[in-house]
Amino acid sequence: MIDRETLPARVVRILFLGLWLVITIFPLYWIIITSFKTPGAIFSYPLTYWPEVFSFENYIGLFEKAQFGTYIVNSLLVATVAATLATLISMLAAYVLARFEFRSKGALMMAFLVTQMIPAFIALGPLYLMMVQLHLVDNKMGLMLIYIAVCIPFSTIMLRGFFANVPDALEEAAMIDGLSRFGALFKVIVPVMKPGIVAAFIFNFVNCWNELFLSVTLMNRDSNKTIPTALNGFISSFNIDWGSMSAAAVLTILPTMLLFAFASRYIVQGLTAGAVKG
Amino acid sequence: MTRTLTETLERPQTAGAPAGPPTGIRSSRKRSFTVRKGLTILAFMAPAILFVAVFIYYPMLSGSQMAFRNWNLSNLTDTSFVGLKNFQTIFADPVFYTVLRNTLVWVVGSIIPQLVIGFAIALWLRRKFRFRGLYQALIFFPWAISGFLIGILFRWMFNSEFGVINDLLQKAGLIHTPIPWLADPTTAMIAVTIANVWYGVTFFSIMILAALQSVPDELFEAAALDGAGKVRTLFQITIPYIRMTLALTILLRVIWIFNFPDIIWAMTGGGPANQTHIVTTWMIQTTQRGDYGMASAIGLIIVAILIVFSAFYLLAIREKKAVQS
Repeated sequence: MIDRETLPARVVRILFLGLWLVITIFPLYWIIITSFKTPGAIFSYPLTYWPEVFSFENYIGLFEKAQFGTYIVNSLLVATVAATLATLISMLAAYVLARFEFRSKGALMMAFLVTQMIPAFIALGPLYLMMVQLHLVDNKMGLMLIYIAVCIPFSTIMLRGFFANVPDALEEAAMIDGLSRFGALFKVIVPVMKPGIVAAFIFNFVNCWNELFLSVTLMNRDSNKTIPTALNGFISSFNIDWGSMSAAAVLTILPTMLLFAFASRYIVQGLTAGAVKG
Repeated sequence: MTRTLTETLERPQTAGAPAGPPTGIRSSRKRSFTVRKGLTILAFMAPAILFVAVFIYYPMLSGSQMAFRNWNLSNLTDTSFVGLKNFQTIFADPVFYTVLRNTLVWVVGSIIPQLVIGFAIALWLRRKFRFRGLYQALIFFPWAISGFLIGILFRWMFNSEFGVINDLLQKAGLIHTPIPWLADPTTAMIAVTIANVWYGVTFFSIMILAALQSVPDELFEAAALDGAGKVRTLFQITIPYIRMTLALTILLRVIWIFNFPDIIWAMTGGGPANQTHIVTTWMIQTTQRGDYGMASAIGLIIVAILIVFSAFYLLAIREKKAVQS
């Protein structure tokens, strides 16, 4: 397929790819190692690249001193509900956009795309005021509603691509057999598209799990904070406690890494599917 | 995002059909346009449209008029219309020009290394090797982490006293005394940009690898038969072939990096003394101070810059295409 590689070229390739792998992995390694050091070991010379004693002190402190358990529950709740509803709503919209031709379709697609170009935080202030009027400030439900709206455009665009790959003969046959379009969608198409839908859900979940600026603006009470909001509070303080900070970072990163490892193939597929045609 | 953008942008050139009204509907579809179909479309689309309209478009549009008002949370008795006063205040503020310069440094300084390293990785990943799948999975992992957490990771590594980067540089003999990375404006800007390069290479390597896999092998074989060297093949076959994908990926990334406050927010918070703010972090900080009039004005400036830049960029790449064909 590709021309034969000379020995120097091979050495350069392996060296470079190896170096990049080390560079990529190192920050993660470092935060994990830090999180298992005792506070004394974190702030002492010389730096140790492998802790002498593995200590869970930082993790325990996180749950005892800070209400980290509450933050995790909040994040889980908000991200799960928002991602589930956003995925369902996007699925319906994506299905129509993939299967039907209608006058305003181009304009709708454009309206969705524009939200990807202009960040949501551009309207932080007005959004806050609107939520005050709706009595949804400092309210998990309010945050969920906004997250659903923020997730919808991209996951619709992504799912539309997956729908386009499913032949429409499939639901036509089901509808001839007497199912409604809605029934055909859920009984026939959804099972075929499961990987794509799971990928969209995971993508939405991770985005909600990680979201910072909207939740910082809207959530005030400690009992309502999501993990990123709480971490934002940690870094604003004068002296950052890097022990609990790194433990918190590890606990935040791990679930999303596991989910992404599971779904990355489909997310990459969704991102690149159309782009490679040109 | 990329998929549809590519389609939307390329359609006028390839098929000559605008994205709007249906022109080439299949006959079975035409026959079946009924009230029932209209209702189905409406019912399926309604929830998505409702959410996006209420929680994204309404605040965005209602917010833009705030830019022309005196609108501060700390004093809501006077929210009068002040015309362009907010914009005048911004243009008179020296911080604004620092912010613009930083934004330029941030975007250009991030995108060029990302593109070069991402391209190299993609080229090298085209060749099959053992554990290639595992390698890809490992180097793609930064994707799973939010920009904010990346910022936290790098803030810790760039710590001046106990940071691992200073320690490694000293061990390598490159520096003798620790650098106070995030306390000095210049090194702080370098540090946040390094973090962003680290984060963004993945995206480029994914997109470019996908594009490279679309180049037909015959092209390379023909080039090899004609005796073209590697460098020539790269610049005269590979890059021209994926030019459009490359150009659009770069555009998307420029917009995205321009709009990406998270890393800077976590690493420096715009400090020291506003010296590492880019335009979006500056806007968020203004919002948090409660000055919504000013924040909305900055928001409109952001949108204007993005529109003007995208328009020029698209014109430029389109012209090139027309000239070459």
